[in-house]
Amino acid sequence: MKKSRILMIIGPLFLLGLFVYPLWNIRLEAPQYPIPLGMYIHINKITDELPHDVKNINLMNHYVGMKEIPEHMLEFDLFPPIIIAMVIIGVLIGFKANYKWFLGWFILMSLLGIAGVYDFYLWEYDYGHDLDPKAIMKFTNPDGTPMGFQPPLFGSKVILNFVAHSYPATGAYLMFVGMMMTLAAFFVGKAEEAKK
Amino acid sequence: MLKKALYGLAIASVAFSSCGGPSADGGKKATTGALGSSVAEKAYVAPGEYDEFYAFISGGFSGQLAVYGLPSGRLFRVIPVFSQDPEKGYGYNEETKPLLNTSHGMVPWGDAHHPDISQTGGKVDGRWVFINENNTPRIARISLKTFETEEIIEIPNSAGNHSSSFVTENSEYVVAGTRFSVPIPQRDIPISEYKGNFQGSLSFLSIDKEDGDMDLAFQIRMPGFDYDLSHPGRGKSHGWFFFTTYNTEEAHSLLEVNASQNDKDFIAAVNWKYAEQLIAEGKFTEEAVKYAENEWDESTHMATSTIKKSVKVLDASKLPGLVYFLPTPKSPHGCDVSPDGEYIIGSGKLAAELTAHSFTKIEKAIAEKNFDGEAYGIPILNYEAINAGAVKNPGLGPLHTEFDGKGNAYTTFFISSEVVKWKLGTWEVIDRHPVYYSVGHLMIPGGNSREPFGKYLVAMNKITKDRYLSTGPEVCQSAQLFNIEGDKMELLLDFPTVGEPHYAAGCPADLVHPNTTKIFKLEENNHPYVTKSEKEARVVRDGNDVHIYMTMIRSHFAPDNIEGVRVGDRVFFHITNLEQDYDVPHGFSMIGANTSELLIMPGRTETSMWYPKEVGVWPFYCTDFCSALHQEMQGYVRVSPKGSNTPLTYTLDDDPLDM
Repeated sequence: MKKSRILMIIGPLFLLGLFVYPLWNIRLEAPQYPIPLGMYIHINKITDELPHDVKNINLMNHYVGMKEIPEHMLEFDLFPPIIIAMVIIGVLIGFKANYKWFLGWFILMSLLGIAGVYDFYLWEYDYGHDLDPKAIMKFTNPDGTPMGFQPPLFGSKVILNFVAHSYPATGAYLMFVGMMMTLAAFFVGKAEEAKK
Repeated sequence: MLKKALYGLAIASVAFSSCGGPSADGGKKATTGALGSSVAEKAYVAPGEYDEFYAFISGGFSGQLAVYGLPSGRLFRVIPVFSQDPEKGYGYNEETKPLLNTSHGMVPWGDAHHPDISQTGGKVDGRWVFINENNTPRIARISLKTFETEEIIEIPNSAGNHSSSFVTENSEYVVAGTRFSVPIPQRDIPISEYKGNFQGSLSFLSIDKEDGDMDLAFQIRMPGFDYDLSHPGRGKSHGWFFFTTYNTEEAHSLLEVNASQNDKDFIAAVNWKYAEQLIAEGKFTEEAVKYAENEWDESTHMATSTIKKSVKVLDASKLPGLVYFLPTPKSPHGCDVSPDGEYIIGSGKLAAELTAHSFTKIEKAIAEKNFDGEAYGIPILNYEAINAGAVKNPGLGPLHTEFDGKGNAYTTFFISSEVVKWKLGTWEVIDRHPVYYSVGHLMIPGGNSREPFGKYLVAMNKITKDRYLSTGPEVCQSAQLFNIEGDKMELLLDFPTVGEPHYAAGCPADLVHPNTTKIFKLEENNHPYVTKSEKEARVVRDGNDVHIYMTMIRSHFAPDNIEGVRVGDRVFFHITNLEQDYDVPHGFSMIGANTSELLIMPGRTETSMWYPKEVGVWPFYCTDFCSALHQEMQGYVRVSPKGSNTPLTYTLDDDPLDM
């Protein structure tokens, strides 16, 4: 079998790692939390980094009126079948299709990824801004608008006494490696085609 | 100018001494004289750093066990054991009251004496601390996961449980030896008929390998002496236990004179392996007694007390080979076994020298029946035949010896207020250091084991007058920390202690610190009155009893308004702390309750009882600062007159809780 096809078959399989490993990690550091509070966002659930972290994040957040971190979201129903479908399509393309389809798969997957990130941003925005009007503590920005508590999409950010860190986790890295393999498959395939 | 020159010189010499080449003391910094400032450094633990050792120092008459760090001498915690502690609700809440139950009913105080750490293979393992109580003979086991008392057993046929609570080298047994001999069974006889009618008991409590559960395995009936201290054999002498005695005169009055007449008292050497065999062979008598066995259940967060009614007794006078007496000069107090198990050091409080017996020679003397008479049928071994040597003119009033694991021993001298270092085998004094003042016991971490950690020594002093800022007639007692790594002992630190620093045990911090419990898991809380979520919080009336199933979390109780309670009711607050975050306890106190507060750790349930006596609306609140809104963590109970029809309601934010 051609090298490009092997890459294209294996690449999408890396996406299956998302069913085992979390996609994203958000971690909150504060002086009174020498061991930070953290949560992992998976494609189908949110879990503690250390036992009871999510419960304790909810407890801290209730002072400023933030909602509890949801146990269930629409995304948890949508993401797994989409990932499964992309894996199957990718593998089939690897076996059967012209190398140009490899790029097609990569672009589709990238678009889906961007959509996912945008969706994540919308959720974060809502989570950080839709505050209980009866909140115990109310903070405003220097311009007088109510302060939001949105964690960063990517990177680190100071929110009151916390420093929030938001970074990809193992699942996301596996996905990235897999996608790069499909992109590589396209270029290798192109080169193989040129040699003929 | 001259001053400046002197400063310059001083600085130069400091620089030289700290940066200079190897010196006579192996490159260590100078520690004496004007340049001795590095002493402070040696006991200094920087903010945020951990101490190297735990020290568990008994509170003596406080009845509790205090936890300190070494070398800093910082007090971390006082663990309530034999005395009620309103600070923690210990002995006041419904869950821990049973721990203080005895055959005499609830005893709210006891004097805590000798802590000892559990061992595996002759080394301290950092799992449990055992400690004895003298007045009401008891032994407690404290978990070093939770730093809480998990079990207390009363010792029957015993009075003044002093030669206790030392542990054998695989934690097979913890012992309890009676200080006061008494009529057994207790009866109404003239005190003047003491001799021959009063008897002693040495008790062996087995320890479960997994959960530490103690059981009174057997007792050994002994002559009516006073049993003072004890230590297990180890290594070659494993299987034996040694108990010092005083008052072998069997005096019953003015003991300071009448119990100090004999030139030699005894160390009782008990062959407990043989005792096990005798028990297995049925050579015991089952005696009717009454004692309380109190156990804490980590799953239900509750203690239960059971009154037990029998004990297996072996009579030392009738069972040859079970006990031998080692003659030891003048009312020996400490009875300390060297790390290799060869030497048994008897500290004759009134003797001019320290006596060391050789276990090898003891075995030989027993084999050759080299006896020097007997007492109540128990053979007395020939003193010359078993004596390994003596430390001559070491000081006045030797009390207690521990070892550094490098062939040296350290003995406290009460009367001459000093610690003396001497060499095992050659019996020569190497060093001595004064203490301030009247030192009782000392401790080297791992001291009662095959592997002492010979870096620090803690001397525990009885008197401190003029040593600290005064606090009226009652001044603090204190401990002193020495570095014992070098040839000379080096005094590093004084620190005041809780109660009387009576005796101590220590171990490396890494045996304990990583294994401690941080929270109690709510899902594992099987308390019969647990409330695992606010939705389950409720109030239930059962005749005149009102059970309030309440929760606490930052920063409110649920429910926080309760109505329908009446004068004459008995109200139980069963409160569960719903937190699952380390170091977030909440407190609870109710106005007019004739008990203490509760202090409830995350995931735990505790119960406080309250008899409302007056009509009104009465507040309760959180007593332990828990969050920015701690002050708002409060609620009310409305109390209506006896027989009124006020409906029973319970709300939070004016809403019923199960919505």
